[in-house]
Amino acid sequence: MDPECSRLLPALCAVLADPRQPVADDTCLEKLLDWFTTITEAGSSLLLLQENPCLVELLSHVVRSQDLSSRILSFSLRLAGIFAAQENCFQYLQQGELLPMLFGEVGPLGGAAWTAPTVRSGWIQGLHTLAQHPSALRFLAACGAVDTIFSLQGDPSLFVASAAGQLLVHILDLAMRGPAEGHCSPQACDWPACAQKIVGHIEDSLCSTATQQVTQALSVLTTVFGHCHGLWTQGLWVQLSPLVARLLEKDPVPASHSLVDLLLSVARSAPSSDRGLWETLAQTLSRLSPTQAGPLALGILKLQDCPQALSTQAFGLLLQPLACVLEAAAQAPGPPGLLEAAAGDSMTVDTLLSSKSACVGLLSCSLAHLGLLQPLPQRPSPWPQAPLLGAVVTILRLCSGSAAPTSDVGGRLCAILVGCGRVQRAALDFLGALSQGTGPQELVTQVLSVLLEYLVSPESSSTVLKKAFQATLRWLLSSPKTPGCCDLDPHTQLFLRELLPVLQKRLCSPCWEVRDSGLEFLTQMTRHWGGRAGFRQVLLASEVPELTKQLLRDPESYVRASAVTATGQLSTWGLCASPECPGAQQKSQLGELLHVLSTDSEGFPRRAVMQVFTEWLRDDHGDVAEDAEWFVARVLQAASRDLDWEVRAQGLELALVFLEQLLGQCGSHCPYAVALPETAPPGMLAQALHVLCRVQLFEFAFRALFDCDRAVAQKSCDLLLFLRAKAAPCGSLQEAGDSPNVASVEATLQRWQAGEQGQPLGYLEPRAVIAVLRSIDLEGLRDTLAESSDHVEKSPQSLLQDMLAAVGVLGENEADCY
Amino acid sequence: MLDCGLDMTSTLNFLPLPLVQSPRLSNLPGWSLKDGNAFLDKTELIDLSTVDVILISNYHCMMALPYITEHTGFTGTVYATEPTVQIGRLLMEELVNFIERVPKAQSASLWKNKDIQRLLPSPLKDAVEVSTWRRCYTMQEVNSALSKIQLVGYSQKIELFGAVQVTPLSSGYALGSSNWIIQSHYEKVSYVSGSSLLTTHPQPMDQASLKNSDVLILTGLTQIPTANPDGMVGEFCSNLALTVRNGGNVLVPCYPSGVIYDLLECLYQYIDSAGLSSIPFYFISPVANSSLEFSQIFAEWLCHNKQTKVYLPEPPFPHAELIQTNKLRHYPSIHGDFSNDFRQPCVVFTGHPSLRFGDVVHFMELWGKSSLNTVIFTEPDFSYLEALAPYQPLAMKCIYCPIDTRLNFIQVSKLLKEVQPLHVVCPEQYTQPPPAQSHRMDLMIDCQPPAMSYRRAEVLALPFKRRYEKIEIMPELADSLVPMEIKPGISLATVSAVLHTKDNKHVLQPPPRPAQPTGGKKRKRASDDIPDCKVLKPLLSGSIPVEQFVQTLEKHGFSDIKVEDTAKGHIVLLQEAETLIQIEEDSTHIICDNDEMLRVRLRDLVLKFLQKF
Repeated sequence: MDPECSRLLPALCAVLADPRQPVADDTCLEKLLDWFTTITEAGSSLLLLQENPCLVELLSHVVRSQDLSSRILSFSLRLAGIFAAQENCFQYLQQGELLPMLFGEVGPLGGAAWTAPTVRSGWIQGLHTLAQHPSALRFLAACGAVDTIFSLQGDPSLFVASAAGQLLVHILDLAMRGPAEGHCSPQACDWPACAQKIVGHIEDSLCSTATQQVTQALSVLTTVFGHCHGLWTQGLWVQLSPLVARLLEKDPVPASHSLVDLLLSVARSAPSSDRGLWETLAQTLSRLSPTQAGPLALGILKLQDCPQALSTQAFGLLLQPLACVLEAAAQAPGPPGLLEAAAGDSMTVDTLLSSKSACVGLLSCSLAHLGLLQPLPQRPSPWPQAPLLGAVVTILRLCSGSAAPTSDVGGRLCAILVGCGRVQRAALDFLGALSQGTGPQELVTQVLSVLLEYLVSPESSSTVLKKAFQATLRWLLSSPKTPGCCDLDPHTQLFLRELLPVLQKRLCSPCWEVRDSGLEFLTQMTRHWGGRAGFRQVLLASEVPELTKQLLRDPESYVRASAVTATGQLSTWGLCASPECPGAQQKSQLGELLHVLSTDSEGFPRRAVMQVFTEWLRDDHGDVAEDAEWFVARVLQAASRDLDWEVRAQGLELALVFLEQLLGQCGSHCPYAVALPETAPPGMLAQALHVLCRVQLFEFAFRALFDCDRAVAQKSCDLLLFLRAKAAPCGSLQEAGDSPNVASVEATLQRWQAGEQGQPLGYLEPRAVIAVLRSIDLEGLRDTLAESSDHVEKSPQSLLQDMLAAVGVLGENEADCY
Repeated sequence: MLDCGLDMTSTLNFLPLPLVQSPRLSNLPGWSLKDGNAFLDKTELIDLSTVDVILISNYHCMMALPYITEHTGFTGTVYATEPTVQIGRLLMEELVNFIERVPKAQSASLWKNKDIQRLLPSPLKDAVEVSTWRRCYTMQEVNSALSKIQLVGYSQKIELFGAVQVTPLSSGYALGSSNWIIQSHYEKVSYVSGSSLLTTHPQPMDQASLKNSDVLILTGLTQIPTANPDGMVGEFCSNLALTVRNGGNVLVPCYPSGVIYDLLECLYQYIDSAGLSSIPFYFISPVANSSLEFSQIFAEWLCHNKQTKVYLPEPPFPHAELIQTNKLRHYPSIHGDFSNDFRQPCVVFTGHPSLRFGDVVHFMELWGKSSLNTVIFTEPDFSYLEALAPYQPLAMKCIYCPIDTRLNFIQVSKLLKEVQPLHVVCPEQYTQPPPAQSHRMDLMIDCQPPAMSYRRAEVLALPFKRRYEKIEIMPELADSLVPMEIKPGISLATVSAVLHTKDNKHVLQPPPRPAQPTGGKKRKRASDDIPDCKVLKPLLSGSIPVEQFVQTLEKHGFSDIKVEDTAKGHIVLLQEAETLIQIEEDSTHIICDNDEMLRVRLRDLVLKFLQKF
């Protein structure tokens, strides 16, 4: 601890101990605890207490005092825990009988302060930090803390209850660490008394009839198997699994959520040879209701090495709802669907038909679970791609009311699902995920037609439409390539012909979310297919490019931003052009976007423009390449005046791309590269510098260097450093160092740094630029900028001063106090 | 009589009435221009002169009023709210105007002969009871019919002959649209017709007052249950914008009031964002001006949002601003000013939605040949394919976005859950899915107990009986009563009075005083006039505790007493006296053989246990 802090500490302790001077700010106390944790982690706590006796005084004062606020009491409990975590310091505090007074029955435990949740929480956290060594275990046993923790598991405050459960696990782990280290899997009767007591309590709770107690026991066990990795945990499972299995015999199964969590936690930590466990899992799958068992089934399928039979059962369970839907919607009992194993489960059918919420919940969970499973390498194999596609298409048709099931169950399902947005969204998500696999052509056609139905339907809500667009995009992009031909296959081509008029209509929607998702879809399509003749032909034949242009003036800023991005993509692929005079059209795109950049009142469209411009410059976009200097000058000029820092930062990005094109690659692309940046040959460099001066890149960069937003300044600093490194060997320019031009530039820069950015820099000469670059301490600036803005305020000294100042103890503030 | 709507679908069987001679229409092969226009109006079911009262729920449901009230002997009263009457008048005026301005040189009716009708092409030959189809009414008949209407306000209670009280409630569907409560003192029937739970321009639906109904008659649900109005409005706007951007014109066949207000409001918000500010909107109807202006003055009948605007003061509907900025223009017809101002591309709102008469016929002829143009159907009353039939082949695009804000089945089931009527009565069509979508079990009324359905010309007995009547007691008679408490909280008194009944109201009046007994003769005469006021025996109440009764009997010297329990009470047997006392909940019988003394003794013993008053 530095001397200044040591000096301030006694005063602070006095303030904390004084009930008349309330500490207003909880976060100060938290920071203080953090600071003490850092100190004790770095050195001896005992030494700290001995050097600063005020700390022990504070603790003993807390013990004696009756009228302290609950937050100071809580703070002291946690502080004592931090100190006592080191065994020698623990002994030291024990000598003063401080710990029993704080944590024992004579402490706050019995008093009025105990009613405050923060005190109970502080008590638990204090013990949690303290319990690090065998002495602590003995102490816990002696003061009967474990029983208190048992009762705190049912605390009305959820934070306290959860912390109590975690503390139990921590104590159990600590107690078992000693004996378990030597032996393989000790018998329960050999376990330390403390561990036996906790396990006994868990056993009692598991047998309890109160669901809350069972839940507590299950969540403690879940934490044990999730966090403790000693061999003893296997012994514990052997001992407790019969009790857990007994829970399954009850009807309904109590605390099913927690039970699922526990079983999955055990399954992840146990060796795969444990047959009993697999049997329990199988039994649980069959005992729980379809809705409850879903998460368990998903968890089982995610396990790396699970028996084939069990994963088949779990997968069957996830498929059941879809199988029921397929069966119910089948026109006739035709060819067997997918899931013969899973089909026709009456419990699932009952759940589906019991109520709208149950049906919607079960279906959307099944779809979501299957969607999560689809991309995993350990997903069940063979993956029933075709039947799943059939099922999802059926669900979507039921939701839109276009399916006409003949069966009674089908009719009722239809009545429940019609217009249900939640199931529609889940099904569309899953349908999108299924695009990663293949399917028979007629099914793919069905998929595309149901997607088109959703895109066309006026009943589709904006969120459903967005999902429909996303799924359509995924299916289109995954469509098979015709061998020997780089263009689109005829099916896709046909589909596009139908899709474009729909997209056109959606771009005219009165709902801005719909216009926005339509534009996003267009951008993505163009990004991937902009070069395909089939796509280009259909797109150019439609009014979509024209509509996109009009949406640049949409009243909604998000839509304008999306329109900017879409225009950027279209223009990149030359898709804005009308056949008559391509050049003029194209130019007008640049003009339109520049107009948006300089006039739009919202940040999003302007940011989008900057991104598009950067991309254009990087990709050598036709019009940009034509006169890149003019382009960069115009863009930087507009960006430098922008109020949005992201636009200015993006301007620097664009400047960097320009620099790289002039001078060669920037080293920063590979931050771990050892080599110094390559320098440019002097002749080329001089020429490049002239260009940079002409486009006023330096004025922009220097202004950004002193930007009030740190991210901008940092970026500018990196850019200038890169430039300086490139220009390093340029000795011939060095003599300009003292010219009057340089002096005036430096003076201006100093004023800019001071915040007066009004004055322009004027025309800069390359030589002057190099000189200025060398004279500014860019490295120093970079280091300053790298520190977070509150680095001064974060020091412990500042914290102590602030806390003292807040209560008016520090002398210099006295005059301010009335 | 609840409502008198006009089914105009039969007009679809006729050719359009063009404003200018149409060579195409008049040169159609076969059955050329023949009859005028006729509407189905079936009146044989009921003798309209016996109808005392007609309750109107909204302006669409009164279009048949002149057929009902004129030339039928009708002498009753019609009740409706003010906006209903005013806008109803506009709709009728428009209809009459559309028909009368294209007079027919000839009119044929011979075809209505059943033998000839059989030979006609379908669907005419299948049309039912064409002989009852009638010509459109005249303005004179309209005025006469409207003069029979009595104006009412929401929640106003109207006594009908003392028998029932009727009250209109806001139904949220259109300006002034109402549901009706018909109630007596002990029964309540709600008539729910054409209601909407959506937030559009009218005052929101009053659901709370519908609670505790014995019977809820439910009709006027949405005609297009699968189309949600929000989606349709979106569709309307998108298609309109697409067409206009391409340089095409948009034709919207519509009624001059109702959904058009909401459409104009949507467009008001939409046109700027869609870059359509320079596109003119034309509203052409003989009553266009009145309709736009009426909507602005019925502030008290509007939704809260629009009502508050009036206090600012601002016009409640934004179409005022559209008119001010010249974006929306209205004309009585295509003649005159309109032809000078007409600019394309444009959007035209005009009637009639059946496409058989009105200015819309002209625009169909004018724009039908170009695929740039679009006709957008928003009114759900007519099948758009049938409406378009005489214009085929048609190059212009047709978009069907029916906007019907009336209750759909989901909303109905919510409403019924909220209101909880004992019984629901509705047309048969609502109790099964629509024939075209028989699998859509969600498209029907689903309630417990199942709704009672009725079909055309069916007589239905409402499932309740009138069991109680309310009777008033005159104050002086009430003063004379002496109540006696027989149980805590329950007092009884006997009343002797004269029941006076008039206009379904019952009043108890004090009985006239018996005339002074002055002379024998006179007295006799008086008793002829005045109802006999006999001295009444006291009334008895209470119950007889059997055990105590037996003890009392024993005390009074009866022996050999047996008690038998029966289903209704007890039988006390006095075997010696060969007597039987039957004690039941509401009667006591003493049965003994010709021993009047014994009977009286026993009776007195029984009476000891009972209260008299």
